[in-house]
Amino acid sequence: MSQFAHLNERMVEITARYPKSRSAVMPLLHLLQSDQGAVTIDGIRAVADHLGLTAAEVTAVASFYTMYKRRDVGRHHVGVCTNTLCAVLGGDAVYEALAQRLGVGHNETTADGEFHLERIECQAACTHAPVMTVDWEFMDNQTPQSAIEVIDQLARGESVESTRGPVIRDFNATEDTLAFPDDGLAGAGRPVDDIMLAGLKVAQELGMTAPSGHHISREG
Amino acid sequence: MPLTPVITEHWDQPDLYTRAGYERTGGYQALRKALATEPDAIINLVKETGLRGRGGAGFPTGLKWSFVPQGDDKPHYLVVNADESEPGACKDVPIMIANPHALVEGVIISSYAIRASHAFIYIRGEVPEAIRRMALAVREAKEAGYLGHNILGSGFDLDVVVHSGAGAYICGEETALLDSLEGYRGQPRLKPPFPAVAGLYSAPTVVNNVETITNIPWIINNGVDWFRQFGTEKSPGFKVFAVSGHVKRPGIYEAPLGITMRELLDFAGGMRDGSEVKFWVPGGSSVPMLTADHLDLPLTYEAMVEAGTMLGTGTPMMFDQTVSVVKAVTRWLEFYKHESCGKCTPCREGTYWITGVLKTFEEGKGNDPDLDLLNELCGQIMGRSFCALGDAAATPYPAAVSLFRDEFLMATHTPVDTSFDPALSYAFSEVAAR
Repeated sequence: MSQFAHLNERMVEITARYPKSRSAVMPLLHLLQSDQGAVTIDGIRAVADHLGLTAAEVTAVASFYTMYKRRDVGRHHVGVCTNTLCAVLGGDAVYEALAQRLGVGHNETTADGEFHLERIECQAACTHAPVMTVDWEFMDNQTPQSAIEVIDQLARGESVESTRGPVIRDFNATEDTLAFPDDGLAGAGRPVDDIMLAGLKVAQELGMTAPSGHHISREG
Repeated sequence: MPLTPVITEHWDQPDLYTRAGYERTGGYQALRKALATEPDAIINLVKETGLRGRGGAGFPTGLKWSFVPQGDDKPHYLVVNADESEPGACKDVPIMIANPHALVEGVIISSYAIRASHAFIYIRGEVPEAIRRMALAVREAKEAGYLGHNILGSGFDLDVVVHSGAGAYICGEETALLDSLEGYRGQPRLKPPFPAVAGLYSAPTVVNNVETITNIPWIINNGVDWFRQFGTEKSPGFKVFAVSGHVKRPGIYEAPLGITMRELLDFAGGMRDGSEVKFWVPGGSSVPMLTADHLDLPLTYEAMVEAGTMLGTGTPMMFDQTVSVVKAVTRWLEFYKHESCGKCTPCREGTYWITGVLKTFEEGKGNDPDLDLLNELCGQIMGRSFCALGDAAATPYPAAVSLFRDEFLMATHTPVDTSFDPALSYAFSEVAAR
């Protein structure tokens, strides 16, 4: 697969992480998706050839997981959680506003290839509802207006920072992170946010601490 | 009962996610202590603490570790289940974002105890921020000699791999996770054999939740008596609760197990103005819902079971009077239908049909007799599906209809969005001023 010769070294590196090579299927698919913008037939063949599997075996994996896209997502993947809690707290309204603004529905990409909209499932951020993601980076506590503003800013090429993560890049860049997680951006976003600190702040205000253990350092 | 920040104590320190920040709070002292202890002694210590799995099932962690056969010639594996995807669950991702090194330290100690030289942290793919923080922590730990060959001169070797999932709730089921990690579709395996005997690559494997493993450094540092000061006899320890929904200050609240929902709710500022608890779910959509009548029950594994539900992930979702319970349950069932892996018929077909029937109620076109039909369908899934996803899918409706039957009956003639104006439920709603 000379088409993917430029990925060869990285594919070898991914595979070397695992005691058995087949375990590399998922990160390799993320890598191919970051290169192609989708999991393509050629990408599947490249993974299969690399691991000594059949294309059917790799397709079976690729077709099972919703993050592997069989059609081109475009520049930005926009997810809106419409599972129960986010939905009732306004996720449905956020989704409708974005669908109207972008003129696309669930799992569709805008004609200019800029945005792909998806109703996503619970994002493990219910305390931050309603939750949106752009290229899977958190955009917490959205309103229909704020969500549209995010899209408009991105469309204008402006910089948008994730609420708990780095400045938004693009879909392919995040897919690269999923293949190579040590992407140098761990310190780019804010360390934590007020919602994650809510209980600690209350405890501090009320002077509540856990019974101290003898080895717990109190420095810092 | 007071809040007791243990795992979350230093989360307000801006560099806690780095090794330097973590070590300033006492990080990696437990590792040194553990490496000077016999592995079996660590397993026994964890057993004696009574620590129970924080992923939902509440299985005793030390007991799980002790099932791993020792002295065999097979490699052993530790797999951290960081696939947090249960609707309502949002405490493992914050732990990984705020204090990834605590999890890494827990992984090293736990691997040492069960004699694993390879550990995996399987993180759902949709949370790159957690994934990159964990990856940084693993690299920093390796650079410090806490990972790799002959860790701190102990003779113990360990490699840790951060593995990104790709969007599949079912991979939170431990055997599906293992299949996924082996490079297959994430579908559950028949048990027995349990992972402790035949897990990853058919070798003895412990699969533990993020929060469970994050407890380990504190247990090593402070011991059994300290740990058992928190919680109850059957539910010892502290818990990273995540309170969401119509409360004034949603967020992470760490407290001893046994705190009541009313106490937690007070710390979270109470329900938003003009709002009262209609129903709440203590630990993810897969456990039966409760009402305001249950706010004074202790949040323990045993008290929740006695109340007919489960502690689950310990991440209460609070819903007020503006929310249609029919809509809430329908949306959860759509989730289970979407996430059913398709391996077994009761779950695959059952979630499809339950969702279809519930949709007729959501649209105000439900038929009375279908309320019993839905109970029957749930009964056909419960205990008859291949894994716990099916049981979970069969859980929300029976509890909801027993508590709010009138509301389902109302949905035989009136669409739920007519009975319950969705705009009133919004977090940013001007109608229910916050």
